[in-house]
Amino acid sequence: MKNVFGFLISVALGIFIILALANTDAFPAFGDVDLTERISNAYLDINNVEQVGSANLVTAIVVGYRGFDTLGEVTVLFISALGVAFIFGGVKQKRLDLDFKPNFMLRVGSNILFGIILVTSFYIILHGHLTPGGGFPGGAIIASAVLLLYLADDRFRSNVKGFKVLEGVAGSIFVVIGLLGLVFATAFLENFLPAGTVGNLISAGIIPVIYVLIGLKVGSEIAGIVDNFLTEEESA
Amino acid sequence: MTFYDIISIVVGVLLLGIAFMAINAKRLINSVLFLSALSMLAVVSFVLLKAPDVAITEAVIGSGLVTALFVFTLLSVRGRESQ
Repeated sequence: MKNVFGFLISVALGIFIILALANTDAFPAFGDVDLTERISNAYLDINNVEQVGSANLVTAIVVGYRGFDTLGEVTVLFISALGVAFIFGGVKQKRLDLDFKPNFMLRVGSNILFGIILVTSFYIILHGHLTPGGGFPGGAIIASAVLLLYLADDRFRSNVKGFKVLEGVAGSIFVVIGLLGLVFATAFLENFLPAGTVGNLISAGIIPVIYVLIGLKVGSEIAGIVDNFLTEEESA
Repeated sequence: MTFYDIISIVVGVLLLGIAFMAINAKRLINSVLFLSALSMLAVVSFVLLKAPDVAITEAVIGSGLVTALFVFTLLSVRGRESQ
């Protein structure tokens, strides 16, 4: 009875919200929005698209025009990974005892899938400036491939120290590329490499380079978080 | 009513229904699986709304990483209770 009542209330609220927002100025019907009123015209200008060289407009904004914000975003993720490591990390660590033993099929199948998932993630990262996706989802796919290995083998521990080194190096090169923009051009993170033809794999200047670095950094960070979640301090 | 409208309505109704079932599931593991299905349907609706970037991120984070972490947490809690 309580469930039915709650369901009815949520349906009524949903209808109310839809009716209140449908076809008003703030919430026009899907597809009727004039984009030039919502975002800056400079992003949509065909000349500017050719100058930046990224076929994916979202990537052009995220890494091209708003690269500094992305640096901040990566820093936020780094700080959260640091917090998790601070709480869960200890000197001596072992895997959590799970009430679950992986069998032969799961182990072999996961090892085969691991490579395929890794290749997919690198494809998504490398084509971030051409197709949807990019460094952040690609990095998360790398981390989920590592998570799969944890599921497949109850003794598995990834090379956490290597991940930390990779993360630090990728983050540092990101900042160094930004500083190179200051040297070769006028502003921090400015695109100082030639843009090339829109749609080619090697185009858009520093955008693919930065996205590869972001992908490696996000992947190693989330893999580190996963390792922290699945290990515990050895009880003395 | 076009094909696009029908698909949108079906996905929207399924989203509501599965969200409700995720809240009301008796066992926690069922709740986690419903949450994963919810993310998968959200991916479909993001694609219908022509936001493929958001769809890829939702597919990876929502139905991949978060579900796996929840399942691992439930397994470890169960292992502790049986000891």
